[in-house]
Amino acid sequence: MTGDQAERADIMRLTSRASGDALAALWRAAGLPDEATDLRRPEAGLVTVRGRVGGDGGPFNLGETTVTRAAVKLPGGEVGHAYILGRDAAKARICALIDAFWQHAASREQVRRAVVAPLRERLEAEDIRTRAQVAATRVDFFTMVRGED
Amino acid sequence: MYVAVKGGEAAIRNAHALLADRRRGDRSVPALGLDQIAEQLALAVDRVMAEGSLYDRELGALAVKQARGDLIEAIFLVRAYRTTLPRFGYSRPVDTAAMLIERRVSATFKDLPGGQMLGPTFDYTHRLLDAELAGDGLPDMPAEKPVAAEPTPRVTDLLGDEGLIEENAPGTEAQVTDITREPVAFPLDRDGRLQALARGDEGFLLGLAYSTQRGYARNHPFVGELRIGEVEIELDVPELPFPVPLGRIRVTECQMVNQFKGSAKAPPQFTRGYGLVFGQSERKAMAMALCDRALRAHELGEDVVAAAQDEEFIISHSDNVQATGFVEHLKLPHYVDFQAELDLVRTMRRQAEAGDEMAEERREAAE
Repeated sequence: MTGDQAERADIMRLTSRASGDALAALWRAAGLPDEATDLRRPEAGLVTVRGRVGGDGGPFNLGETTVTRAAVKLPGGEVGHAYILGRDAAKARICALIDAFWQHAASREQVRRAVVAPLRERLEAEDIRTRAQVAATRVDFFTMVRGED
Repeated sequence: MYVAVKGGEAAIRNAHALLADRRRGDRSVPALGLDQIAEQLALAVDRVMAEGSLYDRELGALAVKQARGDLIEAIFLVRAYRTTLPRFGYSRPVDTAAMLIERRVSATFKDLPGGQMLGPTFDYTHRLLDAELAGDGLPDMPAEKPVAAEPTPRVTDLLGDEGLIEENAPGTEAQVTDITREPVAFPLDRDGRLQALARGDEGFLLGLAYSTQRGYARNHPFVGELRIGEVEIELDVPELPFPVPLGRIRVTECQMVNQFKGSAKAPPQFTRGYGLVFGQSERKAMAMALCDRALRAHELGEDVVAAAQDEEFIISHSDNVQATGFVEHLKLPHYVDFQAELDLVRTMRRQAEAGDEMAEERREAAE
């Protein structure tokens, strides 16, 4: 994966995890023009989630999850794609817009600053809190000395 | 004579209206919101997602509400909904070693890298009803202990070095059984069995798993590791040159480790049973792992002597939507079937009585 691809995938990782409301608020605040046309209107479907036998063996089908996909095109020709868990059509379209505007050189910085950075901060804070709460339930074992001395 | 009958439309309509009323219950009590169900009856939603084989918390909550809390009915609703959606593809296999851990325990190793974390568990509670929960009080905020992210390798990877635990064959992406696409044909490969077990009825698998512990297909299990947490889903799509991250889902994984005395094919070692389930459900993941191991009897050269080792028996009866459909259809009208049976029994009765009379006459003649 090239550096650009890695950043693009990383942004998708963040936007797909965001709640629809939080993402919509960030998107509105970013103030980028909604001048995109829909190449693919948001469409809900299924993706079969795979696991591995024993965690590390051959793949098997675990079950399905709902996924919504969308694609938009900017006047400059940039095509933004979105595939996100769930059935939130509005969120899928915003994710596709973010992907498109990130590809558009003139708006890339604005996407990074107004959407990606605050989103990353929020989602990382959530993970840090989860880890800290779980870490508080970590077991510290004591060795009991027993027997005759 | 066969007489077709119609009727009951008004009765059915009114029955469904009555159902809607009873579902709502006392109208002076506030209605449940889907967010309340998803947040506060989270494990019911998890079960519906796992056995409905559809990860979608909101739909799971809606199904629980619509089914009045009848989880098998809710699972049925979710299964029916699944069939209305197109399939975009198969994800890359999830990497459970990279899970954002919410709970992780091992019954075999006290000190393992990453530690034992109890997480939000019912274990060690006293199972005393808590009258305070009848009210609306807020619990204390959970304790926090800031930590650096630490790798938490799967326990089975730790034992691998000595060769004392069997390795899993890597397998291929190209030939993965999909029981939702092809009819199930026995014998199944392990991937097909795991797919069926992952959506199988928790109670059915729990009973079978228990039977293995009680001596039917005994295989000395230990919980090598049980972990719950979020894993990322990635999908390869034609439009993009990299796997697309779709978001995270919560899963429960159980690595069961079983003593094995060895066979003509394999040296003495620990064999493994595997459980992976949508949502937080360690009972189901453990039962799945015990059943998975028991069902490997053929592969490991063990005698097949117990129900838990009988693949066709288990896989054919583990799906609660199929099972409830066939059991519950018995309450639908069988008037014509029964009329035919009734005639048959009457005929047999007449023949039996005629036979009795003839025997009686013969006995009297002989005397």
